[in-house]
Formats: sequence, structure tokens, C-alpha cells
Amino acid sequence: MRKPSRRSFLAGAVLGTAGCRQDAGARLALTGGEARALDAICDQLIPADQDPGAAATGAVVFIDRQLAGPYARYRRAYREGLAQAGALSRKMFGKPLDQLAGDQRLALVTRLEKDARPFFEMVLAHTMQGFYGSPRHGGNRDYASWRMLRVSASPVRGRIQYDLRQGKGT
Amino acid sequence: MALSPVDAVVIGAGAGGGVIAKELACAGMRVVLLERGRWVTAWDDRKDDLRNQRTSVLGAPFGPDDERNPRVAVDRRGRELVVLPSDGAYSNNAACVGSGTVSYGAMAWRYMAQDFRMKSIYGCPPGSTLDDWPITYDDLEPFYEKAEWEMGVSGDVAPDPFHAPRRRGLPMPPLPPNREYEILKPAALRKGWHPFDIPMLRNSVPYNGRGPCMRCRWCVGFACEVNAKNGTQNTVIPTALATGLCELRTDAMAREIVLDARGHATAVTYFDADDRLQTQPARLVVVSAGAIETARLLLNSKSRLHPNGLGNRYDWVGRNLQGHAYPRAVGLFDHDTYDDVGPGASIAICDFNHGNPGLRGGAMLANEFIRLPIQFTGMTPPDTPRWGRANKDYMRQFYRRSIAVMGPVQEMPLFEARAELDPRVKDFWGIPVARLSGGRHPHSVEVARAVVEKAVEWLEEAGAIRTWTSVPGLDLSGGQHQAGTCRMGNDPRSSVVDRNCRIHEADNIYLADASVHVTNGGFNPALTILANAYRVAAAIVKERRA
Repeated sequence: MRKPSRRSFLAGAVLGTAGCRQDAGARLALTGGEARALDAICDQLIPADQDPGAAATGAVVFIDRQLAGPYARYRRAYREGLAQAGALSRKMFGKPLDQLAGDQRLALVTRLEKDARPFFEMVLAHTMQGFYGSPRHGGNRDYASWRMLRVSASPVRGRIQYDLRQGKGT
Repeated sequence: MALSPVDAVVIGAGAGGGVIAKELACAGMRVVLLERGRWVTAWDDRKDDLRNQRTSVLGAPFGPDDERNPRVAVDRRGRELVVLPSDGAYSNNAACVGSGTVSYGAMAWRYMAQDFRMKSIYGCPPGSTLDDWPITYDDLEPFYEKAEWEMGVSGDVAPDPFHAPRRRGLPMPPLPPNREYEILKPAALRKGWHPFDIPMLRNSVPYNGRGPCMRCRWCVGFACEVNAKNGTQNTVIPTALATGLCELRTDAMAREIVLDARGHATAVTYFDADDRLQTQPARLVVVSAGAIETARLLLNSKSRLHPNGLGNRYDWVGRNLQGHAYPRAVGLFDHDTYDDVGPGASIAICDFNHGNPGLRGGAMLANEFIRLPIQFTGMTPPDTPRWGRANKDYMRQFYRRSIAVMGPVQEMPLFEARAELDPRVKDFWGIPVARLSGGRHPHSVEVARAVVEKAVEWLEEAGAIRTWTSVPGLDLSGGQHQAGTCRMGNDPRSSVVDRNCRIHEADNIYLADASVHVTNGGFNPALTILANAYRVAAAIVKERRA
């Protein structure tokens, strides 16, 4: 194998840095187009209001990461379901999912719930997991949902204010 | 090559097997304890709300692993599905040292005296195999006490007038109340009911050299970070190992119990950590692999005298698979009910375990463990959208303003609810896997519907501004409370083991897990499994000395 030149090494390093940005185009399991379409669906399942929604807090990062791991068995269902959703979008509004306006997205997702039930249920379950689950898996960035629910993110609740000798809180 | 012989091989280091290993080793017997899983600690999958024993969507960290351990589940329409440990239909019971006692919520219930005499009291409903146990509460009472004091139970059952007589109280006081307790207790009293502090295998004060519960929210489904939950992995198993007479072999997957021509067990074959087949000779075998895996191992142990599987002459092995029908009522409040003080579950009533008009049995009712946000997503009222703006709004508004009350409804056993061997699917080691099929008796659902109405009344009395319920349907039960597949009985034609849990027609093979439960009480079964294991061990030791 050819030894990498300094130039190609640096280029790789830059790409590597870009890969760390969570919303960059490159994904582990999804194509860029699939990721954008999925993002549009997640955005409707848990929309932003006074608190951030699923899309902005990494739901797609969560799903993509799991598809490259424990959810590898759902890859095909995502591939086919997103293709179907894209086709439906073009049929209903003449453009791809991620270019739809808010109310159009809502109409489309509502339609998916009726016409593509298994796919819809799968995406809904995974979006909920991403948004309400631990940020370690790629979603719920900055503990957005836990802050919304007024749950402290502190992983060691009770440890400091607890007197082990007394067996009760102090 | 055969390993050197020992007095006893115990298969499965969970609740039953841990106790058996300790009791036999302390009686001077040489014991090999086989466990297909490994030691796990709280640090392996720390506070992973998507990867734990309760929510295992990203994996089942307490084992067994998804890669090597499939099962087949057949739904009530006859559809077959290959399922993995992290799937709900798998009915997983953890495979690790301590098994479910590592990650459980640690409720420590004694069954009531009536729970051992269900058929005599209520009569068998049509289609069910409901029966009495061949032992009574009194037979088990000394061993309940032993489990409570050796392993450590906190709580206060004195205000419960329904519990069976007990010679001794609990070794530890209850934890101080949380907010749900403060809300629910006066409400129950106003109803004329009898609320009390849930007994738990949990240190409320230092006990057995370990500290008390630190009241975190990461309890049920997780290993305890301060080792305050008492399971076999931090009580009896270390004691067994400390005798120097018990050897624990992890990553050891039992394949078969080997019998000689007279039907006497001589050895257990298993795959070791390097997947090599080993033969461990023993004078005595105790199977404690959990209701489903115990049945599977017996069915996989075919010999001349037991051509249909060990102890299966009358086709009772794997039958009567049951767990609990768990109905739930949720109440929403106009003030915060959540105080982030774990474990959450704190208060119970036994007013509806028995004596429900026209119904057989019932359930203990208790408030639920702390619901992590991901768990609360499954608790939306029927008329609230499951997604979108309104759903998010509901989550935000009510996460801290809800209380759930639920209860493990005692089930009517069904002969058709079963674990058998799948004719096609094998696990990583080439061993036929368990195939689960059948359903739940309609009367169990009827009881669940009635009992959950009491939970609703309780929440309404406590000030809930709205309530709703969920009641399980007719699908197969099992899960972590799995029981009944090798029931105990006096008649070999309608049971698998005798009253000492020895397999009929096999003089040196015992079972010690919930597979021997004839019925499963209206309670979490852990303490009964532990107590019965102490009882079985006492019978084994007594027989050996005779």
C-alpha cells in the first residue's frame, strides 16, 4: 500500500472532523436523501414548540446509529418505507419530503399513519426512543426532552445528599 | 474428557440455583454451579434507559445475547416468529449470575395461605388446570423467614391484616415515604383499605455489610450502583463460593442431563466458555434455569426411560406456562406527584388478592416504580394523540403529575400454554430452542378487569383529575414471572416433581425455580422461589444424611 502523502493525510483528517458533526450528510446506514426524508418525518412526530423537537435534537442520528448496530434488522424496512414516503410526497405535492412546507409534511405523515402503518409505527417508536432516551445514543441532544419534562439529568441523584449511615435523605 | 465428579451440579445461578448452591456447599457438599451468563455489574450498562432488563430495545445486557439465543414464539393466530432476547415475545428472564435478582425491583412477597389452595377454595374454571399445591403456606413459612433474614428484606407488613401468620417480622424498617406514598396512603385509609410498606429485598439500613438504598430513579431493570438490592449474586452465591466447596462456571450452556440405564442422573453435559462440550459427573442434579429453560433442558434430555424428555412421561413438562396478568390504572393530577425519590414503588394493599365476588383470586395492588421518560411515552390516555404537538404537550404537562397503580393478577393455568422444543430452530450450540405457544385463560382477564377498577377508585380518591386503564388480553403470559412448566404434585400423572421438587421417576434430579409453582400467587414470585429453594435444599441435605 502506498504511504499516504502529507496532503492526503490532512484531507482525511479534515473529513474526519466533518464526520464528527452530527448533522453532516454522511451517515452510517442511511443515504443523505434518506436521512433528510426521515428528518422531515421525525420533525412532525415530535415537533419543535417552546421546546426543541426530535429533528433538531438528533433523532436521525439516533436512528442511523442504531441501524448500523442493534437495529440492522430494520434497515430494509427503512429503505423501502422511506422510498414509499418519497414517492407519496411527489405524488401528493410534486416534490421530495424534505422540501415540503410544515402543513404539507403534517398531511403526508398523517397519510403515512393510515397507509403505511408498520413503517409509521416503527419510525414513531424509534423517534420516541431517540428523543426521550439517553443522549448517549445520539438523540435527545443536551438532554432537551428531560429538561422539558423537568427531570434532572444528573446521573448520581441522591449520592451527595444521602447519608449512608442513617439510611435516609438529609 | 470427563471432569472430576462432584456431589451436585446446579444449573442456573439465579434465585433458586444461588440458594441451592449455598445451602449444599454449607452442608459440606462439593457443588458445581453452571451459569450460561456472566457476572454483570451496575457499571457495564450504566443507566442505559434503552438497554436494560425492563426496556431492552437496544439489547438485553443481563443476557442472554441476541446473537446466540433465539426462540420461536407462536401467536394465538398460529403465526410463528423467531424472536430474540431483546424482543418482548421472547419472555426473557435474565441470564447472568443472580439472573433476575440483579435487576429486579426487589419486591419480596410471601404468597398468602389461600394461594396454595386455589382449587379447593375456588374450584377450577372450565378449560383450566387449576390445582392446589402439594404443600401449604405453613410448610414454606420457616423458609420465607430464612430468605428474609439471610438475604435481607425491608418493609412493614404489620398493617396488612390479610397476610398469613408469620413467626417473625422483617429484619429492616421500610424506606422513608416518597410523595406518591404520602398521596396514596390517606386515600386508601379513607376507602377503608389497609395500605402498608412494600416488603423489598432492599437494604433500607446497612445490612450484610452493604449500605442502604440511595433512592435513585434507576432501579427496576438496572443493577444497583451501591449494591443495596439483595439478589443471590451479592448474598448466597458469594457465601457458597467462600466455602471453597462451590465452583461457579460462567458462560456454561447446559445441553443435557445424562442418565444411566436405571434412570439415575450421572452427569450434565454443557458447552464451556470456549464452546467445548464438557461432561460434569455428579451424584445429584438440581435444575434452576427458569420456567422456560428448565422445561427446555428436560425436554432435551432424552433417554431410554425418558424418550419424550426427562420427567415427561405424561406430557406435563413445559405445560401451564404462566406469569401474571398485569392490569394498570394511571391517574393524572393537577399538582406534582413526582419527587425523583426512588425506587418509586412504596405502598401496597392486599385487600383484593382474594374474596372478590364471583372471581378466583386477584392481585396485590401497588404504585409503580419510577417511570423513566421513555417508559412514560407508553402511557398516554386513549384520547390523546400518540404523536405530534398534542402528544408532546401531554408529556410536558403530565410527566411529573401522574401515578400508576398496578397489580400482578394470579392466572388460571392452561395446559395449552406451553414451552416445547422447536422442531427446526437451534441455538448457536445446536441445541433445539424453546417454542412458546398458547394464551391466557379468559378468567384471568376477567379478574384483571375487576381488580383494576379498585386501582381506579384508589387514584380517584387520591385526587386524580382523570384516570384510564390498560388490561392485558388473551396473549401468552410469561416474562420474568414465568412459572408453572414443571408443576409440583403428589400424582405423577398430573405433575412433574413431587412435594420436595424431585422429578417423579428420577431419584436424584431436583428442580428449584418457579417452574414448580402450581399457581403463581397474586404477587411478584421472587421471595417464593428463594424460600422454596431453601426448602428443597433442606430436603436434599436431610436425605443425604439419612
